[in-house]
Amino acid sequence: MAKITFITHDGKAHVVEIAVGWSLMEGAVKNGVLGIDADCGGACACATCHVYIDPAWTASLPPKADTEEAMLDFALVTSPNSRLSCQIRVTSDMDGLIVRLPVSQH
Amino acid sequence: MSERLIIVGAGQAAAQAVQSLRAEGFDGPITLIGDEAWPPYQRPPLSKAYLLGSFARERLFLKSDQFYRESDCTLILGARVAAIHRAEKTVELADGRKLAFDKLLLTTGTRVRRLRCPGADLAGVHYLRDIADVDGLQAVFRPGARIAIVGGGYIGLEVAAVAAKRGLDVTVFEAMDRLMARAVSGPVSDFFAAEHEKSGVKLKLRTGVEAIEGDGRVEGIKAGGQAYPADIVLVGIGVLPKDELATRAGLASQDGIVVDGNGRTGDPAIFAAGDCTRHIGREGTAIRLECVQNAIDQARHCALAIAGKPASYSEVPWFWSDQYDLKLQIAGLARAGDQIVLRGDPAARKFSVFHLRGGIVAAVEAVNAAPDYLAGRKWIADGARIAAEKLADPSIPIKQMA
Repeated sequence: MAKITFITHDGKAHVVEIAVGWSLMEGAVKNGVLGIDADCGGACACATCHVYIDPAWTASLPPKADTEEAMLDFALVTSPNSRLSCQIRVTSDMDGLIVRLPVSQH
Repeated sequence: MSERLIIVGAGQAAAQAVQSLRAEGFDGPITLIGDEAWPPYQRPPLSKAYLLGSFARERLFLKSDQFYRESDCTLILGARVAAIHRAEKTVELADGRKLAFDKLLLTTGTRVRRLRCPGADLAGVHYLRDIADVDGLQAVFRPGARIAIVGGGYIGLEVAAVAAKRGLDVTVFEAMDRLMARAVSGPVSDFFAAEHEKSGVKLKLRTGVEAIEGDGRVEGIKAGGQAYPADIVLVGIGVLPKDELATRAGLASQDGIVVDGNGRTGDPAIFAAGDCTRHIGREGTAIRLECVQNAIDQARHCALAIAGKPASYSEVPWFWSDQYDLKLQIAGLARAGDQIVLRGDPAARKFSVFHLRGGIVAAVEAVNAAPDYLAGRKWIADGARIAAEKLADPSIPIKQMA
């Protein structure tokens, strides 16, 4: 398990424990964190699980695949620390990770 | 006083409704009643990753136990609702218990359409709708086993793909002249037919099933006048709305509980969402959709109305299917007579089919082409007009087209 903090656009923090091997998206959605839609169920095919990774953590996460890059092109208001949360598998090293959610996924 | 809400049916729409109700400020107690042993779970992976064995059961569950606790939602699982008593505003469970509601939400979903032919009740005839079905199918999924799949729709073909991957000997029987005929256009049907055949799946199109044969259990299937040996039969010939609770309570159903744009039935205290409903779609005709999108969006609209913030439902429907390494994504509803525009090359296993109606984008089918799907979905919502010549030219990036 890793404790991950999701901060919604209104500044509210939700700390969620996510099993190792699950995606950040799954952990957030199952625990009712609002602001991640994940329309496609985690297949890197919809760009509605867009999150911003805390700058202190961006370098330590596995890099984006081309498909994730292509999908991020469809997310709203992206920045260099934008990721699709369905593409990040949780590892024990991610304990303490902070991610921020955009205003909207659509 | 805050209102008491009961949700009957523990699926995708139910889980979404709980989340949306709380997000919209509904503060009454919520009771969610489901007839399976499980809390709401995702059905789409059942015929895909879960059947393959690459997806643990716990991952199917849509929400954590903690979510329901924090949402003040009481789950009553493994319980069947026997009746809705509208006058006294109660639901009666099969064990005789009565629960009172102020608002009721029906998210009862569908049941499989059953095969009606001689031998349809033999042991070894399987359906695929819930976790128990897949667990039963998995137990007999052995390499070399001969599986006859009745129905070349989403379920049949997703199972065919998994079965082929697992080394089963697969034959698909489809009564129509092409695969997924209700859901996709000709070029997409043809592409998937070729892909299945490449993986060793035998396709019998225009072949209706006449009988399942065997002595106590499946030994073969008779279709198109011919006998085929089989160890397993999987039937995927569609679903029917579970609307009998509603109709017995005097609510209208026309192959789906009739609801308005807020998900409200003819009774102002009773709402319905998801596969079990029929509503007036964004194109102005009554429609029953079977998809995650409709479950989510209609549940959200019910929640808005129940929370006192009604907003009319007009979202673009979308669908997907995974077969082998192919992801098919569809947005909008195609219609006979649409202008069909092919973008990309099916031979490259990455292409899309756009449907234009009066020059306006009405639907898109994308195979391994998620950007085309996303652009198309937005265009459909916006009623965008995109020139066919541009769509057909893959050298123009999809994002630079609108």
